[in-house]
Amino acid sequence: MKKIDRSSKVRTGFHQAKWDEPVIFELSKHGERGILVNKADPKVAEAVEGVNALPEFLKRKEAPALPEISQPRVLRHYARLAQETLGADVNIEIGQGTCTVKYSPKVNDQLANLPQMREMHPLQDESTCQGIMEIMYNTGKYMCEISGMDRFSFQPSGGSQAILGMASLVYAYYKSRGEEKQRNEIITTIYSHPSDAAAPHVKGFKIIYLHPDENGYPDYEAFKAAVNEHTAAFFVANPEDTGVYNKNVLKFTKLLHEAGGLCAYDQANANGLLGVTRARDAGFDMCFFNLHKTFSTPHGCGGPACGAVGCSKELEKFLPAPLIGFDGEKYFYDYETTNNPSAIGKIREFNGVAPVVLKAYAWIRSMGPDGLYQVAKTAVLNNNYMFKKLMEFHCVDAPYIPGKQRIEQCRYTLETLAKETGVGTADVQRRMMDFGMHYWQSHHPYYVPEPMTLEPTETPSKEDIDEYIETLKYVFDEAYNDPEKVKNAPYQSVCHQLDESNMDDPAQWAVTWRCYLKKFQ
Amino acid sequence: MSVKGFKSHPYIPNSVPEVEQEMLHEIGLNSLEELHEEVPDEIILKNEMNLPEAFGSEYELRRHVEKLLKKNSSCDDNLNFLGAGCYQHYVPAICDEINGKGEFLTAYGGESYNDFGRFQSLFEYESLMAELVDMEVVNVPTMDYSQAAATAIRMGSRVAKRTGVLVPASMDREKLAVIRNYCTPDLTIEEVKCDEKTGCMDLADLKSKLNDSIGVVYFENPNYFGAFEVNSREIANAAHDAGAQCVVGVDPISLGVVAVPRSYGADIVCGDLQPLGIHMNYGGGQSGFMATMDDPTYVLEFPSRLFGICRTNTEGEYAFADVAYDRTSFGHLRDKAKEYVGTQTALWGITAGVYLATMGPEGMKEVGETIMQNAQYAASKLAALPNVSLRFETPFFKEFVLDFNKTGKTVKEINKALLEKHIFGGKDLSGDFPALGQCAMYCVTEVHTKEDIDTLVSALSEILG
Repeated sequence: MKKIDRSSKVRTGFHQAKWDEPVIFELSKHGERGILVNKADPKVAEAVEGVNALPEFLKRKEAPALPEISQPRVLRHYARLAQETLGADVNIEIGQGTCTVKYSPKVNDQLANLPQMREMHPLQDESTCQGIMEIMYNTGKYMCEISGMDRFSFQPSGGSQAILGMASLVYAYYKSRGEEKQRNEIITTIYSHPSDAAAPHVKGFKIIYLHPDENGYPDYEAFKAAVNEHTAAFFVANPEDTGVYNKNVLKFTKLLHEAGGLCAYDQANANGLLGVTRARDAGFDMCFFNLHKTFSTPHGCGGPACGAVGCSKELEKFLPAPLIGFDGEKYFYDYETTNNPSAIGKIREFNGVAPVVLKAYAWIRSMGPDGLYQVAKTAVLNNNYMFKKLMEFHCVDAPYIPGKQRIEQCRYTLETLAKETGVGTADVQRRMMDFGMHYWQSHHPYYVPEPMTLEPTETPSKEDIDEYIETLKYVFDEAYNDPEKVKNAPYQSVCHQLDESNMDDPAQWAVTWRCYLKKFQ
Repeated sequence: MSVKGFKSHPYIPNSVPEVEQEMLHEIGLNSLEELHEEVPDEIILKNEMNLPEAFGSEYELRRHVEKLLKKNSSCDDNLNFLGAGCYQHYVPAICDEINGKGEFLTAYGGESYNDFGRFQSLFEYESLMAELVDMEVVNVPTMDYSQAAATAIRMGSRVAKRTGVLVPASMDREKLAVIRNYCTPDLTIEEVKCDEKTGCMDLADLKSKLNDSIGVVYFENPNYFGAFEVNSREIANAAHDAGAQCVVGVDPISLGVVAVPRSYGADIVCGDLQPLGIHMNYGGGQSGFMATMDDPTYVLEFPSRLFGICRTNTEGEYAFADVAYDRTSFGHLRDKAKEYVGTQTALWGITAGVYLATMGPEGMKEVGETIMQNAQYAASKLAALPNVSLRFETPFFKEFVLDFNKTGKTVKEINKALLEKHIFGGKDLSGDFPALGQCAMYCVTEVHTKEDIDTLVSALSEILG
């Protein structure tokens, strides 16, 4: 046998699992069953009417057209679909910029799967929930220490719902002062997450956008001009997706406070700042952390998740109820703190996504203050290491603060590559998949031309980062030597290039199998 | 000065000191402290955070968390009759097996090329739910029932181009609070009286409140008290006659035996997926769905992602992609999009799909039958206790309201005594619905055996004397 050659880091032999797996309805075989369901005791069944108690119009006449599939075939189907999914467990997660896809420790998942977590009903008596309440109470305390805020709520179950939560806090604050109609504008930036505009708009706010100045900071002059007696709040991330830290952040928060406004910090992604700098110290009145990002809980294909919202003492009385309190002996649901007519009430049912809070708690306890600091420093080191290497490529550039450090991520531009080869960022994205790599461009609209947004977090090793860089280089070289190869990618994925031309056409779109059958069979 | 940080942490490969130094040198730095040069010194945290030191090993962490969780006493350790929006049903092992698979558990926002399986399984979830509710379009799931109801109401109000909303006074106070927060200040929510005898919506009050400002009439089957709205068709007709949209919330696990809302006039259907193969998780298993027919008037109002079947450039091949993406706030429109979208509860959607595929039509029928039989048996036995009665006379699914007003005891006292016998009594309604006095809502499902129910009956009999 010849010596195994590892001279190239690029996985040119990669192929994604591809099963040609049918849509589940196609697996149906009349008479097969996936599970046997327990019947009522015969004595019970005899004693009652059962479904006959339903009024005639409420009886289902035709069974739902669900497929009939035996259990091993259901399992195999989904196991195959799982294999066709590039989760963080099997992938060097660098390419999903802004998403902080880091390692989700397995021990935390196992702990959250214990019956003392899974089999808990949210309305159980407090005395039976002391364990999880202690975990949530202490996690809230940790979040306060990390952010400098005074109180946290875990009700919002995602970052965007957390933004809605912050917008609701802003609304509640002005309502308590009888100013909710007057203070109806929220200022945000074009580089903020789309939800920083969309969610406050749901709460009735008019959205004012700031564009960046030459440093990539939100334009201070434009900010000054935008702030007036209608300004309710400033919603912003720092750093934004560019990875540029706004050095002048205190000037912004100070000006807005002088104008009577509130400052809300989008810390969905706080990974580069843990133990380094805190939201409250930068003048913010509220912030939120995505526990499924910075605090390691798995992303679950897009939830369940938690966007923990924290705020200053002044605003805590508006938080959604209940909070969790501790009287020195036992933990209790605190409805008193928020017992006022302006308070939000509820953002989500019950007490938020407790298993996610538990996993974040376990992660913090596996890190300690030194570990959290290490996370931030390594995430920033990884990013700046990668930044330096990538900026050495002729076809890669990154707008703003040349020669200066970024925080935990960067939005690059492949404009030169596109101009010189005709290969754009979307082509690179598809081609990267041929080597088993995620790659993300940007939120819409694209303000940076041909964007590429990468975030290495603290999880990948130096070798992993080098592999990602080498793979990118391989694709860039291809773009110069054989652009069609890149443009026609992918080749090694589950599917070839999508033709999305039917996705906006009501006559052709098919959101469900029954619509597909109706339109195309 | 001591070195800050945590070297060779198992989750942080590049915390190995030699690697760290090599990488620092690569970017022209000597220490970690030289990073973050862009953060002004005045906001740099000078002290170490006041947090507990890290556990010395994974084992110690595990012992610590297990010890904390042992302070919980779960529905496995007790006999549970609580429902009220979060339900104890049997979770087939295959559901946990699939949603525990690392590829699904740790995936996030890839494209079809990376996450084909995620797209297909969510498309299948949408399709399976569409069969269950007999509608044509179902969203990638939202947060919970309350959020689904709030969004369905906003969708309906946009279709109707009106801002008035009528909801039943019997509604879950938590859900109403979520809806109020989500719909304020754009919409006006008004409650329609609840008929004292039936627990259902008061038709006369509904009709008196319908006018040309009302865009949505929302009700549930079963309603919060567990009862079916016996006048569903009349409510839907009244709404439509007044030019309003009819939005109906359902319990999906009932739909193997109970008629779908479309059959009595619903325009938009919503509900919670948690009963479909998802553990209660202290309320963390909630997951909301919405459904409409395949009419662009409705489809284009969804704020959620909708995964549809898609062509590729290769003949005969198919994939999955977003339908009408620019509706969503992920598209170009941001605040001009339909509400907002973000990370919600996709994994529970996949799980509900696995549940429905496993149960099949027969399983869904049987589970509905078992639940109704067990619940009716429990209700009849409990109502036969001295001074205890059923508060409402209406057919119900798995929840029913027991009236303890004549027992001389409060629900709080009764539930405390039940807890001593390791039974979680029904939800105390006296706080949320003071007019009911001392009433409690009990939930009985397929997980309850006859013996469980008889245990509850004899425990209550003993407590009430």
